[in-house]
Amino acid sequence: MNHQTSETFDQNAREALTDSQLRNALRNLTNTFGERRKVAITTVDDWEGLRERARAIKDETLAHLDKYLEEFANNAERAGAKVHWAHDAVAACGIVLQLLREREATRVVKSKSMATEEIHLNAALEAADLSPVETDLGEWIIQLADETPSHIVVPAIHKSKRQIAELFAEKVGIEPTDDVALLTSTARRVLRQRFMEADAGISGVNFGVAETGTFLILENEGNARLTTSLPKMHIAVMGIEKIIPRLTDLDVFLKLLPRSGTGQRLTAYQSLITGTKRSVDDEGPEEVHIVLMDNGRSSMLSHPVTRQSLACIRCGACLNACPVYQQIGGHAYGSVYPGPIGAVITPQLSGIGKSAQLPYASSLCGACREVCPVKIDIPALLLHLRAEIVEGTASGTADERGPVKKKFSEHLAFRLYAFAWSRPKLYEWGARIARLMQRTVMRKGRIGKAGGFVSRIAPPLGAWTSARDLRAVAPRSFREQWRDELSKKK
Amino acid sequence: MRVSLFITCLVDQLWPEIGTSAVEVLRRAGCEVMFDERQTCCGQPAFNTGYRSEARRLAKRFIEIFEEGEGDAIVSPSGSCTAMAHHFHQLFADDEKWRQRAETLAAKTYEFSSFLVNVLQVEDVGASYRGRVTWHDACHGLRDLNLQREPRALISNVRGLEFIELPNADACCGFGGTFSVKYPEISVAILDHKIEAIEGADVRAVVSADASCLMQIGGRLARQNSKVQVMHIAELLASQES
Repeated sequence: MNHQTSETFDQNAREALTDSQLRNALRNLTNTFGERRKVAITTVDDWEGLRERARAIKDETLAHLDKYLEEFANNAERAGAKVHWAHDAVAACGIVLQLLREREATRVVKSKSMATEEIHLNAALEAADLSPVETDLGEWIIQLADETPSHIVVPAIHKSKRQIAELFAEKVGIEPTDDVALLTSTARRVLRQRFMEADAGISGVNFGVAETGTFLILENEGNARLTTSLPKMHIAVMGIEKIIPRLTDLDVFLKLLPRSGTGQRLTAYQSLITGTKRSVDDEGPEEVHIVLMDNGRSSMLSHPVTRQSLACIRCGACLNACPVYQQIGGHAYGSVYPGPIGAVITPQLSGIGKSAQLPYASSLCGACREVCPVKIDIPALLLHLRAEIVEGTASGTADERGPVKKKFSEHLAFRLYAFAWSRPKLYEWGARIARLMQRTVMRKGRIGKAGGFVSRIAPPLGAWTSARDLRAVAPRSFREQWRDELSKKK
Repeated sequence: MRVSLFITCLVDQLWPEIGTSAVEVLRRAGCEVMFDERQTCCGQPAFNTGYRSEARRLAKRFIEIFEEGEGDAIVSPSGSCTAMAHHFHQLFADDEKWRQRAETLAAKTYEFSSFLVNVLQVEDVGASYRGRVTWHDACHGLRDLNLQREPRALISNVRGLEFIELPNADACCGFGGTFSVKYPEISVAILDHKIEAIEGADVRAVVSADASCLMQIGGRLARQNSKVQVMHIAELLASQES
């Protein structure tokens, strides 16, 4: 099982880079989804306008989140649902467990949900001998393999067909086969049985509509519809940021989310759920519970800069567009939420001390910002978090943050840089000294692989030259040439 | 038009040919070029690594020096350093006076190729170069300054040159400032996709508008003994080969 943590991001990433099967899978996935997205966004008029509207709706909601949450809860309860409030992961898991016990539910099915991954609900339920069965194909695969999702939308993207065939042979007991149709029909056969037996279904939520108390689940396999309609009890776990004010707002988000996530115009299924079944003849569960979960979100909300992280609709587009994610995949981040948005959310949810590497795991290229359907300025948020790490000003209590290690050599280097670069003479002399010193390691105007000693006294030089030559300081700087000739010519 | 050159520390010390070429092209286009020797760095490395107070110190210095300059415009042969000047205001969120000064200065700060095309309205500078070249969109130029059409227009007007568009022209080269030395393996893995495309394009040179990307791409090409040259757009536009 993969149990990588954010604290060892650098090692995780190095390991991922040596996994050629993973890198091929990532290349295929991110190319395919990237291309499909590009086509899909041309099928609506005014994509940019839609993004603007979506962000405006999210900003409005977040500015009055207390009001909209109350409205949502009241309307959901009026329709027969029961609303529970969970301050953190432990509370949320506790509520779900209590509900299952009250109903004496022992057979539980689950549809794909990042919120339940975030709170490690499966582990909590397993500890109480209630083993929920994941019914999304990708989620089921990684559950069988005892792994975690490596992508927000396609959780098992890191697994090859062959690995899945071996897994099914071992865990489900079928003959090893690479016939995809046979593998999926096996999954269908096994999971159908689980649906028929289930006492309770657990799901996530894509959007909760305040004015009606309705919530929406998007999916492609039909398993979420079965999870939320066949068992007598349905528990939906949602982060408090999933609220939108009006039903008509869905028009905007339904155009944005599938196109951004998978490049689809619309997912195969959209389930709108408002409360319980009304009469005995109706279909659907007798009991519907909504667990509204904070788990660090209100502290994100309280800060004017980081608030926008809560606008995220979990489409995964920024993962597919990110050059870093494209190379290392999701597990290296050591977090439920990987990629650019994960590097922003994880430090805020789990404490910046444990994930201080993540905000630096970006070249700041801005591809994430370009594809984000709700226009989250992810590079700006990464910069903000980097500054919080350097300045030791991350929000939250010391316990929540965890210890943030100061890098004294880096602090010293930047202080020296700001001091010397504020003094042109010192700057110029510094460059001249570098020019002299580099003679020992230079050839043809370039610095090749730095040896053990050089890379020990100047680690960045060693890091750069391990696979790249470094351009040497020029024999005559621009300013010298300007002084001597250029300024005299016209 | 009078132009204050913002040469950037990287060009000044590592790649002065870019600076001398930029001066030549700007003069050929009829500009009077000025250079204030007090300038050093815009503070981008500090800003991008989270050292805001160090970045603020260099930003203030930069603003003071260039405010005194008599240029009608500030021109820099770097998309990311130009973008940094456009980001200065973020450092002064709580300081109205400095924020305004930063914004006023940013409004007259241009990247070199954008200045030629959008301000001087020049798309043909009379350059000539023999061979096939391709183009790398540096991220900050592309996504912060929306620089896309301008360099391509300038390159396509260079005589004797055949332009090849890379399939991943707009993909990051993996440099990312301190990212390139904090996570060198990831940085090079990203870079190698770029290198693969460049080698596949069978070109004499790969051109860009940022010395930092060119240092990253060129460093890998040199390590692999490639025949492909890296070239800044100012160097290409100063070229006279026919």
